[in-house]
Amino acid sequence: MREVAIIGCGMTKFGRHDNETLMDLLVESSLKAIDDCGSFDGDIESVYVSSMLAGELNRQTAIATALTDQLGLIPAAADRIENGPASGGSAIKTGFMAVASGMYDVVLVTGGEKMRHVTGDRITDLVATMTHPSGEYIHGVTLPSLAAMFARLYMSTYGVTSEDMARVAVKNHSNALMNPYAHIHSKIALEGILLSREAEINNPVIADPLRLYDLCPISDGAASIVMCNYETAKKLSKPIVKIAGCGQATDTLAVHEREDPTMLKAVKGASKKAFQMAGLTPGDIDVAELHDAFTILEIAESEDAGFFEKGKGHIALRNGETSLGGKLPINTSGGLKARGHPVGATGVSQVVELTWQLRGEARDRQVKNAKKAFCCNFGGFGNNVTALVLSGE
Amino acid sequence: MDDVESFLKVDWDVPYKEYTPKAITLPSGEKLVIREAKREEVPLLLKAIMPYITVEKDYYDIVAARQYAELLGWYRYRVRNEFALIGVVNGELAGIVNNRAYDQKLHISLHTMALKRGARVGAHLFAAKQENSIENLGAEEILVTAESPIGFRRWMLEWELEPRPNLQHELGGVTPYAITRDNYFKVKPTKVFGERPVSEELMKQAANPKIIKFEV
Repeated sequence: MREVAIIGCGMTKFGRHDNETLMDLLVESSLKAIDDCGSFDGDIESVYVSSMLAGELNRQTAIATALTDQLGLIPAAADRIENGPASGGSAIKTGFMAVASGMYDVVLVTGGEKMRHVTGDRITDLVATMTHPSGEYIHGVTLPSLAAMFARLYMSTYGVTSEDMARVAVKNHSNALMNPYAHIHSKIALEGILLSREAEINNPVIADPLRLYDLCPISDGAASIVMCNYETAKKLSKPIVKIAGCGQATDTLAVHEREDPTMLKAVKGASKKAFQMAGLTPGDIDVAELHDAFTILEIAESEDAGFFEKGKGHIALRNGETSLGGKLPINTSGGLKARGHPVGATGVSQVVELTWQLRGEARDRQVKNAKKAFCCNFGGFGNNVTALVLSGE
Repeated sequence: MDDVESFLKVDWDVPYKEYTPKAITLPSGEKLVIREAKREEVPLLLKAIMPYITVEKDYYDIVAARQYAELLGWYRYRVRNEFALIGVVNGELAGIVNNRAYDQKLHISLHTMALKRGARVGAHLFAAKQENSIENLGAEEILVTAESPIGFRRWMLEWELEPRPNLQHELGGVTPYAITRDNYFKVKPTKVFGERPVSEELMKQAANPKIIKFEV
C-alpha cells in the first residue's frame, strides 16, 4: 500500500446558513481545501461526498456528481458515501484506499449537511431511521433516547455522574470559543448548567439523564480534505500530514442485542485496526477528536479507543487530562458538542482540525508539539465506526 | 392645550409596588440582574430595540416594533398601568419585558425581547414579569398570547397555560391563554428563580446598562 498524505483542508463555519444551499456549502469548503493545497502535480481524479440527508432534506441526490460538475472537476470519478453520522469517516477511508491502492493519485473528500431549515422533530425522526426498524424505530426510539439509556447504564455501572457529563460540555464549549469555525461560541459553567437551581431552566432535561447541554446542536456546514500519495506531497512546501492508520468495524444494529451495551465494540475494533496499521498505540497520541454527539459518548469512546481503562475515562476528565493543556487534549475543536454536527461533515471536520493541529496551525487551541493524532467517527449508535490515526512530520 | 394634555395623561390607577431586584445565574455562570426599568430609561430601551424592527428572522420585527410602541406609550403617559423589567449582564442590557395591569385582578402579558441570545435570558425575564404581576402586584390572572411558534412553545406549552377562547388579547392575536394564580404557583418551582437581595456590586453594574452590540 502506498502512503497517503493530506495536502489541503478547509471548512465552512458550522451553524445556521439560511442564505446558502447545501451545494454552496460543499463548494465553499472544497475550494478552501483545494486552495490550501497550493499548486501540485496532477489533477483531482476522484471526488467523495459524504452526506447523510442530502436527498431527504435538500432534494439533491447524486450530490457527488453535482459537486464535481460545480467545481469544474469533470471527468473525475464521483461517489456519494453514506454511513449515517460516520459518513465522513467512511468517505475518507474510501479516498484513502483509492490513493493507497494506486488507483488514484489525488482525491477530494467533502462532507456536508444542511439541516437547520427543518424542525427538530423531523431531524430527530430522520436520524432515528438509522436504528433497528422493528426492534427500535417503531417503538419510538430516537438517538437521544438511546444515548440516555446508555448514559443511565454507564452511570450505574461505572459511577459516571451528571457532573462528569457536564464537564465534557464545559470543556468543549471552552475550546470552541477559540475556534472561529465552531457553531456555538458561548461559555458555559457547571454552576450555570448543573449546580444552581436555575439549571432547571438553563439546562432542562431532554431525555433523562441527558440535559440540553449534553446534546450536540443541529448544524449546517461542510468540510473538505485533499489527499494524495506521499511522493506528491513531499514536493509541496507544507508540513506533511499522513493518514498513518485507518480502521472500521461494525456492531449489532440493535443496541439491546449487544452482550454488554456499555462496550462500544465497533469503536474498539476500528481503533485497534487503525493503530495496528499505523504501528502506534494509544499512548503515542498527542491530540484526539472523538464523536461527542452526546457528552457520555466522549467519555465512553475515550476508553474503548484505548486511551483510558474501561470505566475510568471520567476520572481522567475530572483530573483535567483531556483538557487543552492536559495529557491528551480531546476535542480541541469544540467537538460535536460545540463545534457542531452537520452530520455528513463531521468526520471530515475532525480530520481538518487534526491536520491543523499537526501542522501547527490551530492558533489559540494549538496542542504543543502535536505529532500524532486520532479521530473516531461514530455511525448509528456505535454500530458502524471509523477510526483514523494521523501522523505529522 | 394644557387642559387637554392633563386629560390625556394616564399613569397607575391600581395599587403599585416596585419590583425588588434579583440575580439569576445564567448557563455561563454570569449573573443576570433583573430590575424594574425606570420611566426615564425608556429612551435607552427604545434605542436598544430599534435595530430589530427591520429584522424578519425569528419574528424580531413584530416583537420589536410592538414593544417599542408599548414602551413609548408608557413613557409619554399614554398607556396606563404598564411596567417594564430589564435584565442586565456585566453592565450590558440583555433583555426587556413588559406587562400591563388591565385592572387589579387581570394583567396583560405584553412582550419579551431577549437582546442577549442563547442564554435563556428571555425565559428568566418572562418568569420575572409574571412573578411581578402575580406575587408583587396581586393579579389573579395574566392573559398571554404568542406571535411566533417560539413564543407559543416557550409560554403556552412549557408553562401549561389554560386557553381562554372567549376572550381577546389586546394585541389582537390568536386565542389568549391564561396564567392563573394556581397555575403560577404550581409551575413556580421549575420556572421562577433568582436570589435576593442583589449585591451592591451587581446593582452598581446594573444601574446604567450599555446597549449590547446588535447581532442577529
